[in-house]
Amino acid sequence: MRMKRTAYPYILWIGIFIVIPLFLILYFAFTAGNSQDFSSFEISLSNFRRFFTPIYLKVLGRSVNLAFISTIICLALGYPMAYIISKERHKKRNIMILMFVIPMWMNFLLRTYAWLTLLGRNGFINFIITKIGLKPLDLIFNDKAVLLGMVYNFLPFMVLPIYSILVKIDKNLIEAAEDLGANRFEIFTKVIFPLSIPGVITGITMVFIPAMSTFIISSLLGGNKYNLIGNLIEQQFRWTGDWHFGSSMSIILMVFILITMAITSKFDKEKEGGGGGLW
Amino acid sequence: MKKIKSIVLFVLVAVIASMLAGCGESKPSINVFNWGDYIDEGVLKEFEKEYGVKVNYSMYATNEDLYVKLKQGGESFDVIFPSDYMIERMVREGMLAKLDKDNIPNLKNIDKSFFGLDYDPDDEYSVPYMWGTVGIIYNKTMVDDVVDSWDILWEEKYKDQIIMLNSQRDTIAVALLKLGYSMNTRNIDELEEAKAELIKQRPLVWAYQGDEVKDTMVGGEAAFAVVWSGDAVAMIRDNPDLEYVIPKEGTNLWFDDMVIPANAKNKEDAEKFIDFMCRPDIAAKNADYIGYSTPIPEAIDLLPEDMKNSKVAYPSEKEIENTEIFRDPMDIVVEYDRIWTEVLSGE
Repeated sequence: MRMKRTAYPYILWIGIFIVIPLFLILYFAFTAGNSQDFSSFEISLSNFRRFFTPIYLKVLGRSVNLAFISTIICLALGYPMAYIISKERHKKRNIMILMFVIPMWMNFLLRTYAWLTLLGRNGFINFIITKIGLKPLDLIFNDKAVLLGMVYNFLPFMVLPIYSILVKIDKNLIEAAEDLGANRFEIFTKVIFPLSIPGVITGITMVFIPAMSTFIISSLLGGNKYNLIGNLIEQQFRWTGDWHFGSSMSIILMVFILITMAITSKFDKEKEGGGGGLW
Repeated sequence: MKKIKSIVLFVLVAVIASMLAGCGESKPSINVFNWGDYIDEGVLKEFEKEYGVKVNYSMYATNEDLYVKLKQGGESFDVIFPSDYMIERMVREGMLAKLDKDNIPNLKNIDKSFFGLDYDPDDEYSVPYMWGTVGIIYNKTMVDDVVDSWDILWEEKYKDQIIMLNSQRDTIAVALLKLGYSMNTRNIDELEEAKAELIKQRPLVWAYQGDEVKDTMVGGEAAFAVVWSGDAVAMIRDNPDLEYVIPKEGTNLWFDDMVIPANAKNKEDAEKFIDFMCRPDIAAKNADYIGYSTPIPEAIDLLPEDMKNSKVAYPSEKEIENTEIFRDPMDIVVEYDRIWTEVLSGE
């Protein structure tokens, strides 16, 4: 198919802001030398050799693990939510979705900071707990707090795509299923859920990717005690100044995300006959 | 094809127009690049009014941030505020311009003890802006022991009550000091020992924080934190239960200086700015606002009583005799990074 003329600005945009930076990262990843001096670069795999040692692999493992758990929680919470909202009447539905979106108008960093005061030792939640005579809980600076931060911040990215697919399902299909004698459970498992899979796939991708690469949440709510891969990358760029190692970790992160997306899109293709979802 | 041409033309016109808009002002200007929250911004307005020079003010978070921005080029700055070891590195790499001291008569206001320091032995490049120490801040209502040593941060009974700095260099320095080594050591064995100490300490640490530590300590959420003296002044102002101690093993004495990058576009006005910042009334305004310690005695006299007499901001000579200034780590920075990753990535 011939590209339309109107597509040129977008191609220019993609070229400048996506393709060129990606190649720069690739170039940095496979070279070594003083990051600020191009003439000192030489082709090298040393960054990757350094990464594939137990210490960094452990961090990668922890990141994958936390991102995976938070994606599962988001799906478990988000799907029923999206389903319930989509069943509401038009007006109520829009208000409910608006409620989901309004917090996102505030800066992500501020919302995460807010959790610091909620979860802190003398924070709001512990204040309530001690008021009713219970012992204060250790809520912050652990993996649970990081998970909470991820789920809280990324849940809308799960709910919105699933919701927008669910509201578009043709009511006639459900009626037809009823006519053919399906009960409500069968309607859900055989009609609604299979049709909503593209939304689920998009939701999973949109939660998993930011959860995998976050460094702010683990830094603020995890108290920097549990490095994630995002923290290691940030450290290389901001403090150590080794852009080569930082870039190669970014490449490894990207490869991981691509693999997960490839796996999830497989499910998608079976239903859609290819070309659906993000891929 | 015509459409592409018109798009390219449009982009070009837009770029040129924005460049021209920048050139339109006839008023001279300087680009000042400082740490976040490290000046009374009213001072900038006063400078603009008195000298008719516009100040473009922007901020960075760490010395390394500053270094990278400067190295990459793109923007040029006229006055920057690096710390001691970073000045040493920048001088070594030829990134700074020599100052013309005739243009900075207010240099005479600065206490003599701030000259001839190792990072700029002949005082050719730098003018001290603020200085301070690193120490332990603790909450008197939560601690019964005498706090006078770094060892207390390794005390089992204060598990989950200790906040360490989220900074490779400073936290490794604490471990080195505890062991009695120089914090500028280049000996790998000593650094490895420091690493072992930090790994041992990690289960006791509640969090490794940056600027958030102020909220944590003021809110009474933890008993101990390692902090910079200027932040300690600000924290004690908000919570009088807090107390700041310089441990007996010694600590880091640091200086943030004003310097002019070699590629500065307006060196003349930059020197005027540095001179202005050394005026006692201006230095006092800044010191009062940010809580850090000024090197200008006359400015100290202008401060409010509680700050003037603050042992935290202005310790006696005896209290700081056991201190060391950071030197440029050069190639050893790779080891710091490795150690830090190993400390924070363990189980």
